[in-house]
Amino acid sequence: MDKLIDLGKYIEQGINVLEESLSGLWGAIDDVISWTVEFLNDTFLAIPFVVIIALVTFGAYYANAGKQAFKKEGLKKGAGLALFVVLGLLLIWAMGYWKEAIQTTTLVIVATIIALLFGIPLGIWAARSNTANAIIRPILDLMQTMPAFVYLIPAIFFFSVGNTPGVIATVIFSLPPAVRLTSLGIRNVPEDVIEAGHAFGATDKQILFKIQLPLAKTTILAGINQVILLALSMVVIASMVGAKGLGAIVYQGIQQNDIAKGFESGLGIVVLAIILDRITQAVAKK
Amino acid sequence: MSDNRKTKIKVEDLTLIFGKRKQEALKLLEQGVSKEEILKKTKCTVGVNRASFEIKEGEVFVIMGLSGSGKSTLIRCLNRLNEPTAGKVFFDDHDITRDTNKELLETRRTEMSMVFQKFGLLPHRTILENAGFGLELRGEEKTTRDERAKTALETVGLRGYEAQYPAELSGGMQQRVGLARALANDPEVLLMDEAFSALDPLIKSDMQDELLEIQDKLHKTIVFITHDLDEAIKIGDRIAIMKDGVVEQIGTAEDILTNPASEYVEAFVEKVDRKTIITAETLMFKKHTALEVHKDGPKGAVRKMRSIAVDQLPVINEHKKFLGHVWLQDVLELEKEQEKSIEKVINTNVPSVYRHYTVEEMLPLITGIRHPLAVIEEETGKFLGLVTQTSLIIEATRFEKKEVIKLKEQANEL
Repeated sequence: MDKLIDLGKYIEQGINVLEESLSGLWGAIDDVISWTVEFLNDTFLAIPFVVIIALVTFGAYYANAGKQAFKKEGLKKGAGLALFVVLGLLLIWAMGYWKEAIQTTTLVIVATIIALLFGIPLGIWAARSNTANAIIRPILDLMQTMPAFVYLIPAIFFFSVGNTPGVIATVIFSLPPAVRLTSLGIRNVPEDVIEAGHAFGATDKQILFKIQLPLAKTTILAGINQVILLALSMVVIASMVGAKGLGAIVYQGIQQNDIAKGFESGLGIVVLAIILDRITQAVAKK
Repeated sequence: MSDNRKTKIKVEDLTLIFGKRKQEALKLLEQGVSKEEILKKTKCTVGVNRASFEIKEGEVFVIMGLSGSGKSTLIRCLNRLNEPTAGKVFFDDHDITRDTNKELLETRRTEMSMVFQKFGLLPHRTILENAGFGLELRGEEKTTRDERAKTALETVGLRGYEAQYPAELSGGMQQRVGLARALANDPEVLLMDEAFSALDPLIKSDMQDELLEIQDKLHKTIVFITHDLDEAIKIGDRIAIMKDGVVEQIGTAEDILTNPASEYVEAFVEKVDRKTIITAETLMFKKHTALEVHKDGPKGAVRKMRSIAVDQLPVINEHKKFLGHVWLQDVLELEKEQEKSIEKVINTNVPSVYRHYTVEEMLPLITGIRHPLAVIEEETGKFLGLVTQTSLIIEATRFEKKEVIKLKEQANEL
């Protein structure tokens, strides 16, 4: 059947126009992201793996144990996760995927930072203005339900293959929870506390920074946790446009029908996911 | 009573309408259309309907009414947490309804602080930080605000709790923090919105006492919202009663109890324990006949007693100072003995009261005596009037006068 509306064509034309008219911008974004990803990769890889494992382990321990880190109670709270971190990271190293794990982590870190940089202010805006909320929500729904593979096409179009289109696709996919949970957290701040702020002469800025954001902190941190996990879940898809790391190994495993490779790298992603999730959850709880 | 204190807050025809077609609703309201009609026609709710009153400096002014009467809406107009639709609010001589946002912030930061029913404390901050929050918002240094917050916490009896968090404190203590936060700002006006309504009765009563104690020291102007008439009477110098957004009556507790302006107010005050409120001043017969010691001899005394059919009269001196009572039988004795003065038979061993004595305080005084209580002026001892036993009993029992007399007669027959 012939198409009645050729919507795809219009979108394609629109993207073409965007690509041509703003090529300088795309180039600049590509440069910044590629440079950052490579810089972080090089830095992390320059540090001996033992040092990194030790630092992450202590970080995980401290996140759980908090101020009691050097007491017996702290050991009870933090020892489990710390042990998991040591064994999990050693396993990744022993399987020979240390470098890939670092690349994947870098990708997740960069994508998460960009997602939060846009997501949290958008969330604040959506919380404070019903109009903004009405505009932003359907866009978020679209971003979350559109199959993630679709983002890869324009991403390659704008940035060709490499880490950048991977990061951009990951950002788009993982941004919504940052917006949603920031907005939810702020909207859930009790009205009486806000009113008290107004009664004592707080400016809008003071209401935001001294009342709303601190009280929404737990919810916002839950959002950050979601962003990180969604970013991690994108690494295999991102590898299809040339992003490096464990995702790329999984992708190779699929292409070569290599069960061993696929399983090992997949397990590596799971270990990273658990570590990142538990650490951010522990931070959010405080 | 005349009041020479300065007017601190003056509210003029204050009206607040909720809804989109405010101006239309306002016009209808001015034409005298009822609240219900306005709601039907414009879908607007009248929150406050042309309220006017003045609050004196250092006064505790209570606005009371049931929920939905507009009292919380009204108090929020005073610091413009609710934007009035029409009317003026003068703070000293300055109309805050015309303030720019910047001026308004300044007023809220320095001149009036608010205490809330739900406390409105910040859960992530310590008690000290909460108490200093108002100071922080207006940009005071940390050392100053900690110092002042500490003093304020001491004033409300929360010394030693500085490092704790609101969730660790009971409701009463949390509200003390709310009060300390308001006091730390050292405002001239305290706005208290149902500040004690969420507390247990005993704690509520403690907090009321404490507020009165603090008020004795600090002499703030306090606007206090409540739905509890007992609370209003306990802490209010004057009370405004609101219904459906209208201020129905303003006056002292006694004014309102003795002369309710409407059925609504009457229904409200019916259940109040009048014994603790009605005073000698209200009950006394003013300008009661009295004998002047050097003017009225026994003969004159007898004539005066017979003319108003009593067997006893109060005696005063030339400066109207109350001396005591004389009884008819004693005066008749004197008359027989041809004495010229009644001075000999004045019974000075009789109780007298000041004008602010309540019924509750006077009742014990009439046990074992059969004469009225003289009301005298506190400083000079000047005679003001008499409170009869019958009127005290009527107040205490709420019986009609006829019933009291009938009961008395029945008792006599027995």
